[in-house]
Amino acid sequence: MAAGSTSILLIGCSGDLSIVDPAGPAARSIATLWWVMLAGAVAILVMVTGLVVAAFRVRQPVAGDARREKIWIIGLGLGFSMTVLAALLAYGLAAGERLMPRAAPDVVRVAAEARQWEWRFTYDDRPGHVTANLLHIPAGRPVDVAITSVDVVHSFWVPRLAGKLDAIPGHVNVLRIEADLPGTYRGLTAEYNGEGYRGHVFAVQAHDAEGWAAFLEGSTP
Amino acid sequence: MTALRRHRKLSAIWASEPGWKGWTSSVNHTDLGRMFLVTAFFFFLVGGLLAMLIRAQLATPDSAFVDAGAFSQFFTMHGTIMMFLFAIPTFEGLAIYLLPKMLGTRDLAFPRLTAYGYWCYVFGGLMLLVALVFGIAPNGGWFMYPPLTGPLYSPGINTDFWLIGITFVEISAICAAVEFTVSILKYRAPGMSLDKMPIFAWYALVTSLMILTGFPPLILGSILLEVERAFGLPFFQADLGGDSLLWQHLFWLFGHPEVYIIFLPAAGVISTILPVMARTTLLGYGWIVASAVALAFLSFGLWVHHMFTTGIPQMGLAFFSAASTLVAVPTGVQVFAWIGTLWKGRPELHLPMLHILGFFVTFVIGGLTGVMVAVVPFDWQAHDTAFITAHLHYVLFGGFVFPILAGIYYWLPLVTGRRRFFRLGEMAFALIFLGFHGTFLAMHWVGLLGQRRRIETYDADTGWGAINFVSSLSSFVMAIGLAMVLIDVAIHALIAVRGRRNPWGAGSLEWASMSPPPAYNFASLPEVTSREPLHGDPGLPNRLARGEGYLGTPRDGRRETMTVDIASGRPEGIVIYPGNTRLPIMMAAVTGLFFLSILLKLFWLTPFALAGIAALALVWVWQLGDRADQGLQDAGRGAVLPLVGETDRAPGWWGSVFLLVANATFFGSLLFGYAFLWTVAPGWPPPEWLPPSMAELGIGAGSAIGAALAMRLAILRNRRSETPVPFLALALAATLATALTFGMLILRLPPPDGHAYAATLLILGAYVMLHALLAGLMQAFLIVRARRGFISPRRRAELPIVLLWSDYVAAVAALSLLAAHLPGFLV
Ligand code: HEM
Ligand SMILES: [Cu+2]
Ligand SMILES: [Cu+2]
Repeated sequence: MAAGSTSILLIGCSGDLSIVDPAGPAARSIATLWWVMLAGAVAILVMVTGLVVAAFRVRQPVAGDARREKIWIIGLGLGFSMTVLAALLAYGLAAGERLMPRAAPDVVRVAAEARQWEWRFTYDDRPGHVTANLLHIPAGRPVDVAITSVDVVHSFWVPRLAGKLDAIPGHVNVLRIEADLPGTYRGLTAEYNGEGYRGHVFAVQAHDAEGWAAFLEGSTP
Repeated sequence: MTALRRHRKLSAIWASEPGWKGWTSSVNHTDLGRMFLVTAFFFFLVGGLLAMLIRAQLATPDSAFVDAGAFSQFFTMHGTIMMFLFAIPTFEGLAIYLLPKMLGTRDLAFPRLTAYGYWCYVFGGLMLLVALVFGIAPNGGWFMYPPLTGPLYSPGINTDFWLIGITFVEISAICAAVEFTVSILKYRAPGMSLDKMPIFAWYALVTSLMILTGFPPLILGSILLEVERAFGLPFFQADLGGDSLLWQHLFWLFGHPEVYIIFLPAAGVISTILPVMARTTLLGYGWIVASAVALAFLSFGLWVHHMFTTGIPQMGLAFFSAASTLVAVPTGVQVFAWIGTLWKGRPELHLPMLHILGFFVTFVIGGLTGVMVAVVPFDWQAHDTAFITAHLHYVLFGGFVFPILAGIYYWLPLVTGRRRFFRLGEMAFALIFLGFHGTFLAMHWVGLLGQRRRIETYDADTGWGAINFVSSLSSFVMAIGLAMVLIDVAIHALIAVRGRRNPWGAGSLEWASMSPPPAYNFASLPEVTSREPLHGDPGLPNRLARGEGYLGTPRDGRRETMTVDIASGRPEGIVIYPGNTRLPIMMAAVTGLFFLSILLKLFWLTPFALAGIAALALVWVWQLGDRADQGLQDAGRGAVLPLVGETDRAPGWWGSVFLLVANATFFGSLLFGYAFLWTVAPGWPPPEWLPPSMAELGIGAGSAIGAALAMRLAILRNRRSETPVPFLALALAATLATALTFGMLILRLPPPDGHAYAATLLILGAYVMLHALLAGLMQAFLIVRARRGFISPRRRAELPIVLLWSDYVAAVAALSLLAAHLPGFLV
């Protein structure tokens, strides 16, 4: 199933936090993964339910337990399960490999620091500049976000760009994100962090090349 | 003796006190099993009401029904109650009630422990209920991640209720697990070899072993967090050498196996009921046992899949992702074996079967979404969204609640001796099934649209309103269905329509008892020759009632049963159970006092509570045993057996072995924590190490090993009919020396509130000291017992038990000393 056509089915009016309405390469590959898994899961569910229902309808010819064990346990239980799972695992690992923050010449580095209930962002290419609850990135370029926390555990998540990664006191985790196009994307904290949890949100502003250059020079805030 | 006279005599011996007084003094498994189940379903009701409040709040956007603070208590308490006060106790209650009947014996291994566990559960659960009623309930989510739950960010008492209440409740799970393990291995009908054991017993055995190895990490984590909160020892504070990730590891080392601890008993129920509903026998008994065991092993290698977003290195992610998908294989084997069983037989659509069908659909969906979130990239998106909440309910509701409902309707005729009158159950099933899928299918969907779990409301412009409304509406349909089940069961219990024995035509032994079952289960114990003793032998119940089995002659007012060889089921010994007593409830109350003293920071009370526990424990063990040799006893059918107190391996010895398994897991988790902090936590190395001391190493390890040797010599002397007392005294002195050494070590530590290193060593030292004192108490007890004439070359069973504990102290003392001194030597 292609991500583009089917996502219309689901989205309706609520695109801006949707996992299945990706706006960057990482989120897109995960959305594709989801549709593939969904199709597989539905097929397996139909098969299993069919087998259960058929047990009430079909009278099987008399056979010994040994033969039945071969069919049901070795064939379906072991053989079928292992084949499906191995294929899925291989696909999943390959997909995961592509999401890793690999070295590349055009990578932009920023840092995200979480606290109750605010996000502060800093930029390797613009030392000393701090923005609160608004992260600036260039569109179309990979961005590595170095995530940490000064108090409790939080999680950095921009659903339409990539998966999430936790902000843990004393540790720094690096998440690779990328936006295809300039625009504003909503971000959330995604690990319960106290009573301000719901309002602990931020935005990601993806600039075009000129906008980004302007930001680095300091002509936009 | 006629069957009726035998019944009267046995009832006089086994009966609990009449009326409500009996509740507090009963140690009978049938009573306690019922009490457990009723209490667990009471908590299900409370947890369900909380769920309704949650769904009411989420039904519409910008809802102002409850605020963020109350909402956080709701979801935390809903999850906590369902997992700890409903699911696990339901398993315990079911197994307490059923196991002895299925195994063809008269009670579990340690009846007083059954009662103690029950009261710990009740008192611990009450603590949490009180917190809920007063609005000071835990609020950090059911997995309680620090630092949010630490002293800095949750200074209130809410978190303490969780840490202390749940640890209290877990005592009951550990008690039950020890008891089930020993009962299943040793307390079976003669001739019931392992391969003839009812499949439910296999599942219960595997589950119990998982509880023994799964719960200790959480108990450790709870103790560490409580110590951090109460005394400022920084186990989870990054700037002082701690690490909040340590909690996550300890929690999920428990938390993932927990899911299987909940699922496996339910799978046992399915494996028992489904073949009966299909009028056949289970397909692939051996395969099913093997896959339950495989599940148990695998489930301890998966905990990291709850931490995929914490920044685990790529290699680790790949490993745990592979393990997490692998665990679906044994699950698949069981599911297909069950379907194969349906095909093999002629399935009939009775009410239990409806719930099993509900289980199939629901659990398979939950398993499939489970495999999805085992794939790391997808989990990075789905983690902490409503998708996960939906997934976990498909697994827990599908994999536990549906099977348990099937079980309730299946065994109800046994419990009450009646049959159903109204046909409410079918209607209830339809409502539950439709309501459930409406509620949680919708939650998958909003999760994908970006709705996080644990938010108290959402803006209208998210567009999630309609989906949430459907979800909430469906949840009320489900609630009505569940309420109808309760009404159905109540009516069933109240309206007397006598049913016949074994209405389903099942083959397992619980149906050979009367319905409702008498306190002694079987007037005489059967000789088992096949896996389904009732199939092809419908006369068995009557022969047992006529006393034609083992131990058919009531004598001396003794509650008797038999133990057997583990593998073959050959009769080995005769057990004499203690009678009704309030000791368990008193012991639980004093244990509760200990926990209360910590919860309310009344530390002056703590030593008194501990002394009270020790005193009651001494009374507890003192009540057993004889002052004269009893010799071999007639067990009926020509068998002549010794009392278990006159053997080397009494039930108490087996109980100690499995308790020590749990204990060793606790100790191992502590060492794991030490190593984890050392290698992963940011604030290491510590500012100062413990100055190493050869003297301390030598005296500590030497005395502990010496005590174990002295215990051996004491046993040798007793065997030669000489008094063991001198060597027992020597062992006691050496054990006290060990305790003293560890006391010294604790005093020499750098300030434990300054760095997690010293804090960890403090816990390690205190652990060994406590165990040395415990072993010392046992050795002192033996000295008194020996001098009062309770020990002879025949009545020897108590000695090897204390030897076990002495050996354990020697092992943990030596390992702890190494762990404490090694860094000092290296640096
Ligand atoms: C009776 C029907 C049930 C309903 C309607 C229900 C509903 C819910 C809802 C809506 C949440 C999500 C709260 C949130 O994060 O926003 C939740 C969380 C949870 N439920 Fe249930 N639930 C039910 C039964 C159960 C059962 C039977 C179990 C376990 C045996 C269970 C275990 C949990 C757990 C562990 C959580 C997570 C709590 C947390 O986030 O800390 N639930 N439930
Ligand atoms: Cu898990
Ligand atoms: Cu799961």
